[in-house]
Amino acid sequence: MATFDARMVRGDIAQFNRVINNHPLTYLDSGATTLPPRTVLEAMNRYYELHHANVHRGVYQTAAEATAIYEGAREAVATFINAPGGAEEVVFTKNATEAFNLLAKSWGASQLKSGDVVLLSEMEHHANIVPWFQLRESHGIEVRFIGVGDDFRLDLSNLDELLRGVKLVSLTGMSNVLGTINPIKDLARAAHAAGALIALDGAQSVAHSATDVQDLDVDFLAFSAHKMLGPTGIGVLWARRELLEAMPPFLGGGGMIADVSVNGFTFAPPPARFEAGTPPIAEAAGLLAAVRYMSSLGMANVAAHEADLTADALTRLAGTFGERVRIIGPSNVVDRGGVISLDVQGVHPHDVSQVLDQHGVCIRPGHHCAKPLMKRFGLSATARVSFGPYSLVQDTDALLEALADAVSMFG
Amino acid sequence: MNSLDDLYREIILDHYRTPRNRGELPPPAVRVEGFNPLCGDEIVVHLAVTDGVIADIKLTGQGCSISQASSSLMSAAVKGKSLEQVRAVISSFKQLMTLEESVDQSPANLRSLGEIAALQGVVKFPVRIKCATLAWNTLAQALDELPS
Ligand SMILES: Cc1ncc(COP(=O)(O)O)c(C=O)c1O
Repeated sequence: MATFDARMVRGDIAQFNRVINNHPLTYLDSGATTLPPRTVLEAMNRYYELHHANVHRGVYQTAAEATAIYEGAREAVATFINAPGGAEEVVFTKNATEAFNLLAKSWGASQLKSGDVVLLSEMEHHANIVPWFQLRESHGIEVRFIGVGDDFRLDLSNLDELLRGVKLVSLTGMSNVLGTINPIKDLARAAHAAGALIALDGAQSVAHSATDVQDLDVDFLAFSAHKMLGPTGIGVLWARRELLEAMPPFLGGGGMIADVSVNGFTFAPPPARFEAGTPPIAEAAGLLAAVRYMSSLGMANVAAHEADLTADALTRLAGTFGERVRIIGPSNVVDRGGVISLDVQGVHPHDVSQVLDQHGVCIRPGHHCAKPLMKRFGLSATARVSFGPYSLVQDTDALLEALADAVSMFG
Repeated sequence: MNSLDDLYREIILDHYRTPRNRGELPPPAVRVEGFNPLCGDEIVVHLAVTDGVIADIKLTGQGCSISQASSSLMSAAVKGKSLEQVRAVISSFKQLMTLEESVDQSPANLRSLGEIAALQGVVKFPVRIKCATLAWNTLAQALDELPS
């Protein structure tokens, strides 16, 4: 039975005890990376202290323990996302970005030919754009974009037309700039009806609501551990078994082979095929702990908590600042997550963030690796606030106070 | 503790709100774009040089208060100056933006810099140094591109 209390989550994170510029830390940058709870750090420490050994093929006890931890993480992730084929469908990468590169450079390069279309959206992160542009250069594929409407949602009015000739649709579950949550289940149905596969960028969505790949009926899923209370250095590409089996290796080396002789090599079955070299074992231990922790909170509870915080923040931002602070994203919490991009009239996002830092408030200015989206709305940057499971209304209080300071300083 | 007032001096906010020498110059003026890919700050310097003197300078661009105020202050500081003087101002400004203890921060030296000395507080906020130097690097590049 899941229990959720944001104050308890906060209590599990030592960084919240810090004082920054004479103010308690107000961390509102979970969209960039989340703060890991103690249990994640302890799991990594315990691994290094007691179980550290290289994984696979080790006969001695600690090597078997390290392997069990590493493979246990794979099992836990498979359960967390409800992978139909279990742990063997879970490939560990460095992060979501590497997962997309693996997808484009292995699946894309082997399955797509000149003229095939990959359909993205204007709200994608560069991680889900640049690898496809690279494939366009090397393989002559076409990259097409679903536009974003003035309501900050995907413009699906001409979807049938956009889907023509498409082999893969690759979309974010939740925009890391707008907070918009996309109708992935509907889009998966439309993609499949058009004969295309669909990849989900779960970097933002996985940490803030439940992700069930069978219910969504997606074919690929990419995400990073560090955005879901886990450590940096490990991410996931999940794909249905038969898709992984058809994919050639991405990187070559130890661990990914079936056999090597002076004449050549044959490669291992998935997921080992895609994990050349010593993998991020301690990070897998951390990810395992993070998955257990998030599961114990209950993803529905996390989503509800963040929706409450977001609704409160949107109302108070509008009430306090009116036209002075424009929200670049949906103004209500329907199909919207806890990422709030601000455009403060007369104060550049970097200056907003600088003033907020003086209040111990951490937000992120910039283009958030989504330049096509920035261009769409005629902006070069926004000041982005984002919540996590440990966020509290008091964080919004601090945000509003610091923002008022920024607004009055710049007049 | 570094005070925000060190960073956002009144002169800086004034140049940010009311930038000097905004606009463009037609060819044969030299036009050079400067870009800070990390934060998206953008400066375009248009430079008209006659007889070894900056006869006119105009700027366009967008970005944070520090990058835009710095470019405005720079334009006011170099307009009408000889190229030799301009190179000297650029090098003094770069000095001002270094974190080394050896740099002369004495009142007399700062006074000789005029209004651009208002930017000295930026060094206490190291992430913002590149915002302040963008215009100056772009100007230096424009000088290099002048037909000899
Ligand atoms: C939507 C989205 N996709 C992909 C990424 C890339 O994640 P990572 O940098 O961990 O590879 C991010 C992170 O900023 C993101 O927000």
